[in-house]
Amino acid sequence: MAASKTTSAEPLEPDTPFDLAELCGTCGVSAEWVIELVEEGILEPVAYGRRGPRFTAVAVRRVQTVRRLQRDLGVNRAGAGLAVELIEEVETLRRRVRMLESQLFGD
Amino acid sequence: MEFKDYYEILGVEPDADQDAIRRAYRKLARKYHPDVSDEPDAESRFKDVSEAYEVLKDPEKRAAYDQVRSQPRGGAGGGADWGPPPGWESGFDFGGGGFTDADAAGFSEFFETLFGGRRRGPGAGGFSTRGADQRARITIDLDTAYHGGERTLTLQEPAMDAQGRVTQRTRNLKVRIPPGVTDGQHIRLRGQGEPGAGGGPRGDILLEVSLAPHPLFSVEGRDVILTLPVAPWEAALGGKVPVPTLDGRVDLTVPAGSQSGRKLRLKGRGLPGKTKGDQYVVLRIVTPPADSEDAKAAYRRLAEATSFDPRAHLYGGR
Repeated sequence: MAASKTTSAEPLEPDTPFDLAELCGTCGVSAEWVIELVEEGILEPVAYGRRGPRFTAVAVRRVQTVRRLQRDLGVNRAGAGLAVELIEEVETLRRRVRMLESQLFGD
Repeated sequence: MEFKDYYEILGVEPDADQDAIRRAYRKLARKYHPDVSDEPDAESRFKDVSEAYEVLKDPEKRAAYDQVRSQPRGGAGGGADWGPPPGWESGFDFGGGGFTDADAAGFSEFFETLFGGRRRGPGAGGFSTRGADQRARITIDLDTAYHGGERTLTLQEPAMDAQGRVTQRTRNLKVRIPPGVTDGQHIRLRGQGEPGAGGGPRGDILLEVSLAPHPLFSVEGRDVILTLPVAPWEAALGGKVPVPTLDGRVDLTVPAGSQSGRKLRLKGRGLPGKTKGDQYVVLRIVTPPADSEDAKAAYRRLAEATSFDPRAHLYGGR
């Protein structure tokens, strides 16, 4: 099937707000499961409103990663929380290593 | 179609027990999981591994697969041209796909031929419901991240065939990437997700962006970092040097007396966005080779003219 018209993409900024229902819909997960992640300290709501906890787009990435880790690797909630933090740290370190390598050795 | 040897993919013997298969899968899944792995082909390796496990962990599917595997395949080249044996599936019932909770969107044609497409549960409500949101990853180069650009996505989505069975359909979607997206950011395509039920609207597509490594620039958030080689006299005496940026060359003033590792900022030359990024330039002093008599003489003159000792601090000044 040929692609016809072009779709515009809307970037989510780190401060793009998400309420609980939007976060669940976007990530394809249940509200109960999101609350469990909050209780585990994996997600931190930026505020609590009438419609429950409010998040930002930063939570979207964490939810997706935890969901994939649980589904693909059978990691439990506490393990997923630890893994997410380590993954983020590894990403930062890998970036820094690449940068330092290019500074030390050129290309 | 290519025959897939699921035992080989998991690195287990064909008579391996379920525990050994699970152990092999977990080990490889940890190694190649796209969230964890830094291997360039992690995503496709992980898909192969998941697909192999999806089949081998289920005794019924494994038995069916073993039956197919035991039959002679193809010519001298092996599994390059494989088709299912006649009468396939007569003894098994995989109509509609015997899936578990794995993400089967990326499974191979080989898998789909044997076990069918993904089974979809009924929609959440009874009446008209909005379609589900879809999630995918997209890798773009830094140039597209800076200037924006158009990309075509290939998506799998459920569709009903003439017999009312749910099958996978390939859909191409042309997407305009706005300027200024960066690594790890999500972009939303409204109303482009799965079709709704009972006339409900389509869901959204959420794309997670990853930036392909660039030969010159590294990226941190919206800032870009470039290592700039400079000659010793440029660093010592200062002056203007041309610097590549994402939007062409600019002149950068190197302050006199700069050392290797000095970080200079080109304000607003990073990725665009609500908060515009900067470009950082890290100096790296490169010495010219002493490969001629003139060059050697120049180095000797420099040594005589300065009382420079790069190791002075190692000996406490003594």
